[in-house]
Amino acid sequence: MGIRPLGLTLFEAPTFGVSGFDSSPVFPSQQWLDCHPHTGELTAEVKRICETAPPVWSDIWVTNHILQAIIGATLVIVFWLFVSHKPKVVPTKRQWVGEWLYNMIRNGVARDMIGDGYQKFVPWLVAMFTFIIVNNLFGSFFIFMFPTFSKVGFVWGFAIITWILYNAVGIKKWGVLQYFKRMTVPEGVPGPILLMVAPLELISNFFMRPITLALRLFANLFAGHLLVMIFVVGGTYLLTEVKNNLFYNVAGGVTVLFSFAIFALELLVAYLQAYIFVVLTAQYVASAQAETH
Amino acid sequence: MNPLEGQGPLGPLLPSHWSEFIVGLVLFAIIYMVVWKVVMPRFETMYTDRADEIRGGIERAEQAQDEAAKALAVYKEKLANADDEAAKIRDAAKATGAQIEAESRAKAEEEASRIVNSARVQVEAEKNLAMEDLRKDVGSMATTLAGKILGENLDDSSVKKTVDSFISSLGKETAKK
Repeated sequence: MGIRPLGLTLFEAPTFGVSGFDSSPVFPSQQWLDCHPHTGELTAEVKRICETAPPVWSDIWVTNHILQAIIGATLVIVFWLFVSHKPKVVPTKRQWVGEWLYNMIRNGVARDMIGDGYQKFVPWLVAMFTFIIVNNLFGSFFIFMFPTFSKVGFVWGFAIITWILYNAVGIKKWGVLQYFKRMTVPEGVPGPILLMVAPLELISNFFMRPITLALRLFANLFAGHLLVMIFVVGGTYLLTEVKNNLFYNVAGGVTVLFSFAIFALELLVAYLQAYIFVVLTAQYVASAQAETH
Repeated sequence: MNPLEGQGPLGPLLPSHWSEFIVGLVLFAIIYMVVWKVVMPRFETMYTDRADEIRGGIERAEQAQDEAAKALAVYKEKLANADDEAAKIRDAAKATGAQIEAESRAKAEEEASRIVNSARVQVEAEKNLAMEDLRKDVGSMATTLAGKILGENLDDSSVKKTVDSFISSLGKETAKK
């Protein structure tokens, strides 16, 4: 196989603390190690056993990405407890940072989008925003170098609870039938057109919303990280592994340099996607509560 | 594994482990509870305090303003009272002054009339005295003159009587006139 390029090693790296997409156990069992050799192919017999044998508990529940999410959640909780500790009327710098972030969601998102009774949703939105942005920023920072929510499992979870939240809010306010009618029959649309509009509204409000919510967050981070990896891995490969071709080497160097720009873009995407997620959550809640559609 | 390959027909859109799904939800629930039960009450209580403090400050300022306005009103009233009092005192002084003037004028007039009267009495007395002297002198002079004219001494008492009665009738006539 020869010498493996550094970038490719990162790309495929199975252990914790690197940027591969595949989850790997933090404390791999013997079974997992046997089934995931670093080099070489599995024999047909071993492959069959690996596919049929029940996985070891810790191989699935204690993976690098789950650990990363737990660290992210811990950081978020510690941050909030720290900045909100004994708040003063005249804020300290520490408190000021917390207030700035808290107010951005409380006033800029919850109050502006939801209006009356927005306080109920503030903790939800604050928790969601900070949890998402911290995990997104993991994609651009050392130690992790991987955006946790480019693993789609987390994101489906968020989309589903958001779906439950806004539907529950609507049903609580209007009752099941009235809510369903409000969400499917827009006011002031004449009969024949309603035949076309109502199914669209139904699909849009009950099916597409959670799917787009999840896909937007997931795909942005997934594609962004893929892009970063391609620039870094490809650039590194061209720079270090191609011999006797100056053009490739130069192109590789430029690519690696350009990956910094992509990283900068990823910082923006990390913030933007977290913000969009909570803004849309607030928007869906507002539309479920709205008097007129 | 190729990241785009994933597992099953949905490619990377299906989670490789459903543990992620559960863990994501549990972690979110924990963060939510912490923010809801601890962080939000802390901030909201502080916001209420801050709003109270600002409102209290405004109220205190308003109160101070009210007090100042009241003090100003009291001061103005006092000033007006003082003006009134001064005017009253001035009026009283004027009245007193007028009275004193009138009194002193009356006194002066009385004094003047008293002096005039006493002067008049004295003049009268002196006039009478002078008249008496004159009468005596005129008698003696007239007798002397008549004696010279007649060539005899008329210095006896009968003559004197005649002369005196003449002069007194003369005085009566002048008095009549």
